[in-house]
Order: sequence, then C-alpha cells, then structure tokens
Amino acid sequence: MGGRRAQEDLRVSVKKPIAGGTNGAAVVALPHPGTQRTRRLTRFLESERLLASLLLAPTVVLLGTFIAYPFVSGVWLSLSDTSVGNVGHFVGLKNFAKAWDDSIFQQAFRNTFFYTFWATIFKLALGMWLALLLNRSFRGKRLVRASMLLPFIIPTVLSTFAWRWMFDPTFSVLNWLLFRTGFIVNKIPFLSDGVYGMWCAIAVNTWRGMPFFAITLLAGLQTINPDLHEAASLDGANGWQRFWHVTWPLLKPVTLVVVVFSIIQTFSDFQLIYVLTGGGPANATHLLATYAYQVGVATGLLGEGAAISLFMLPVLFVVVWVQLRYLRRLEGA
Amino acid sequence: MVIEKPWKRWVYFYIPLTVFLIGTLFPFYWMLITAIRPDAELYRSWRAVTNTPFWTLHPTLEHFRDLFEKTTFPHWLWNTFFIAVVSTGISLFCGLLAGYALARLKFPMAGALGTSIFVTYLVPPTLLFIPLADIIRNFQLGNTPWALILTYPTFLIPFCTWLLMGYFKTIPKELEECARIDGATRFGAMVRIIFPIAVPGILSAGIFAFTLSWNEFIYALVFLSSPERKTVPVGVVSEMIRGDIYFWGQLMAGALLGSIPVALVYSFFVEYYVTGLTGSVKG
Repeated sequence: MGGRRAQEDLRVSVKKPIAGGTNGAAVVALPHPGTQRTRRLTRFLESERLLASLLLAPTVVLLGTFIAYPFVSGVWLSLSDTSVGNVGHFVGLKNFAKAWDDSIFQQAFRNTFFYTFWATIFKLALGMWLALLLNRSFRGKRLVRASMLLPFIIPTVLSTFAWRWMFDPTFSVLNWLLFRTGFIVNKIPFLSDGVYGMWCAIAVNTWRGMPFFAITLLAGLQTINPDLHEAASLDGANGWQRFWHVTWPLLKPVTLVVVVFSIIQTFSDFQLIYVLTGGGPANATHLLATYAYQVGVATGLLGEGAAISLFMLPVLFVVVWVQLRYLRRLEGA
Repeated sequence: MVIEKPWKRWVYFYIPLTVFLIGTLFPFYWMLITAIRPDAELYRSWRAVTNTPFWTLHPTLEHFRDLFEKTTFPHWLWNTFFIAVVSTGISLFCGLLAGYALARLKFPMAGALGTSIFVTYLVPPTLLFIPLADIIRNFQLGNTPWALILTYPTFLIPFCTWLLMGYFKTIPKELEECARIDGATRFGAMVRIIFPIAVPGILSAGIFAFTLSWNEFIYALVFLSSPERKTVPVGVVSEMIRGDIYFWGQLMAGALLGSIPVALVYSFFVEYYVTGLTGSVKG
C-alpha cells in the first residue's frame, strides 16, 4: 500500500516539470488534446477524491433512499400508532410491549429460532455430504452439479407450490408412496398439523438451500491440496479421520461465511412459509416476517407491523457483527 | 491414490448421489407431470388401485391453454423479464463504478463506505418492506414497475459491488499504470482497459442479479396491486387461487413456464453463475 502511494507521488513529481510546472498544463502534454471543456473535465477526473465521489454517487443515492431512509422511517413507524389511512402519533414502546405480550407473536418468535436452527443444521450436514460426493471425479459430473443447483435458482414461490401440492391433504403423492411401500396405514397430516407443518417447512427450506451450501463448500474443497489427503492416508488415517483432521480445519473459514449468510436468509424468510402454510394451521407456523406481513400489510397496522419486523434486528446485528469481525481478522492476517 | 473396492464405491458414492439427485429433481418432475395430466386423473383417491402417479397415459395441454386464456400470465412473464433486466442493468452500472472506486481509488472514508455497503448486503428485504411500502406510496410509485426497478437494486448493488470489487483487485495495477504512462486519463484507463478485462466478472454478477430479481417476492407482493402489473411469482400466488380452490394443473403449468426462462439463462451460463455464487460469499 505504502509503496503504491510513493510510486504515484513520484510519477506526479516527474510529470510536473515536463509539463512546465503548473498543474493545469499537465493535461496539455497528453497526446489527445480536447476542447477546453473536455480538458477541464479530464483534469477534474484525475483527482482521486473527486472521481471516487462521482463513481460512488449513484450507489450512495440509491442505497440511501431505499435502505437508510426506510430504516429510519421504520424505526419511527414502530414508535407510532400509524395505520393505513391514519397519520400516526408517537406512542413510545407500546407496539413492542404489545407484541411481546401477544401469544401469536411469541409463537412466531420461537418458530423463527426453531426453523432457523434446524434448517441450518440440515443444510450444513447435507450440503457438506453432497460437496464431498461432488468433489470426486465421475462421468457426467458437470451435468449433475448443474442440476443440483436447480432448487436454488428456480423461484422459491414456484417450487414451494410444487411442494404444497406434494403435501396436499387429499392427493399427496408422498402419502401414496408411503402407503404403497407399507410404511403407513393412515395419511400423514403434512400441512394440516402445526408440528408436521413446521417440519415440512424446514424440509422444503433445506431442499432449497442445500445446493448453495454444497456448491460453495465444493469450491472450498477444490482449493485443498490433494497431497495432504495422500499424506494422511499413507500415515494410516481412515476416511473419517481424513475428513475431520485435514478437510474440516481447512474448510472452516468458508463454512462460517456460508452459515452466516444462510442464517440471515432463513431467519428473515417469508415466501416459503407464505406459500406453504400461510402461517397456519392456527398460526402454528408463523415466522416473524410472515406475522409482520399479516399485521402490517394484511391488517394495515403499519406501526405494529414495523415493530414486529424490527424484532429481527438484534439477531441480524449479532450475526453481521460476527461476520465483520471475522473478515477483519482475515484481512489482518 | 487409494484404490476402492467396487461395493464400497456403490455404497458410499453411487447410491447416496442417486438419492440426492432424485430428491433434488423430483419436485420439478412432479410439476411437469401435474401440468400435463387431465383433471380427471389429478383428483383421484390416493388409495385407488388403478392410480399411476408417476406417469400419465393421457397427456393434455388444456392447463396451458387455460393459463393463457383465463389469466394474464403473458403479462406477468413480460413484467418479470422487463423488471429483472432493467434492475440488473442499473445495479451493474452502479456496482461497476462503486466497485472500481473501492478497489482502486484512495479517498477518505473508503473503508467505512466499503463496510456499510457490505452491511446493506446483509439487510434482508423483510426487515424494511413495511416502511418501504409507505415511501413508495409517497413517491407515487405504487403499482408501477418503477417501484420494483428502483428497490431491487438495494439488494443487487451491494452484491454486484462486492463481487466486482473482488474481481478488480485481481487485475494487476501495472496494466492501468502502463496505460496512464501512455497518456490515458484515469477515467479512460478505467473504461477502456479495466472494464473490458472485467467482462467475466460483470457477466457473473449480471447472471446472478438476474436470477435474484426473477426470484424476488415480498416487494412485488406488497408494491403491486392490479392483476396485469404483477410478476410471475406474485401472479401465481394471488390470481390463480380462487377462494379456497387450487387449480393444480394450471398452477403447475404456470410454475413450469415461470421457471423456464431463468433455468435457460442459468443453463447457458452455469460456470459464470457458480463463480458469482461462490464469489458472493467470499468477497
């Protein structure tokens, strides 16, 4: 870094005398002299600070208007009794207190942790297994890898509809399959029972998110030198020992990053539950996001809805903080 | 290498991989078979002896016909495509410029700005949709494609910036410096030397951003209201279920057709997509 700065200073100081001493003349020395106006623009763009602010302006404006402003406005909404068509008044923390005492909110709050915890565990375990399988060489590998990613790229809403149809109370193909193979005598109430419904949602989330884990971990696996495995197996390590003592330590950094991303997405999930169960039966499968939608948009109580979705913030904050600390440590090393 | 016995290769490799493959692809097969199955076969008792759920002897296109005649599906398809393309374009433009500035230029607050763009990358849309709906209403953008074209970049720009910044850092500085010594301006060197080299990175970011926009649901659900303005995911959810009745044949036909464009784009650019995917977390 320091070297580059010095190099640049050197170049500028070399350039100046050639161009005749003044800053303005430096541009004249260029082989493509333009009109007065383009010359002034060129000189303007030579300043790193000005160029940087120009290049960053569109991003800062867009993110400021549609992320920072809504965030501030969301905090204000959550402290007011705004509803659709009514300008709100400041009510302090009333919305938060009301949500905290609400039994549906408590259920949604617990569900969100339960859902995130189990879905992440399953995605990590199955994704790791799949990555290890895909890391071997076999015929048709590219095709297999490409089709494994399909659940991740097909719009979640559309593939969740396919799952909903597979879990249909009357015509479920899964019930048919289990019945025919002799595992069940009576239908499994996939989505009409709260407990089953939650596990079905976890299963669909795992199905959708596992390819992301597998492909990213596979990219990590491919950077591991095969000589390490060879050396370990010469020393008599079996498959499990090789995984645990060679692969896993080297894969830990990328695993942490993938898990953090997945936790954020799972914790704030909306569309999967909205389509699969709609939060039902009897609010048993609501997550924070779907309940915030129901209160804030479907019922129109903007203030209360905003407060419910802000309950996600502390958890997201901790997760992002862990991620940033980790990135810093990587850069420091 | 370690030589494996054939039975071990079957138990530890072929069988698990096949199970994974079936599990991954079965829902898509089910979508297809439901979409071409006549209603009489769709709604039969699950214990019927004559039931053959995995294939049909009477394939039909009636569900597809209904989809085009009874719903505004073609509009949804076009809306989704238009919104995805324009918001991807805007995000690539912003991400390219910002990524270059963060990777190459020195200016005060560079570190803080980089960090805050990264943090916005981690802000989920479900945290902000309620206040955003209010803002969209105040800007008079409700129920227009612009509501989505302007808000999708909030999750696309951070990603594009992050990915392209990583890409720019891998391009040797000497290339730019040579161009500058030959008389190119800083801006000229950026546009004519660095951007062309970054085309693979731009393609990765673009493909990934396109699939993300095609997938987006909650903003589209909250900001759009008239049936012909909707995107495919929202249209399928809100317009194809009348009362409590699900028209599964039509629904699956819609899900299939809505998935094909994004699957096609993906299949042409798998490698770029995978680069974007793995780059999106590595930074």
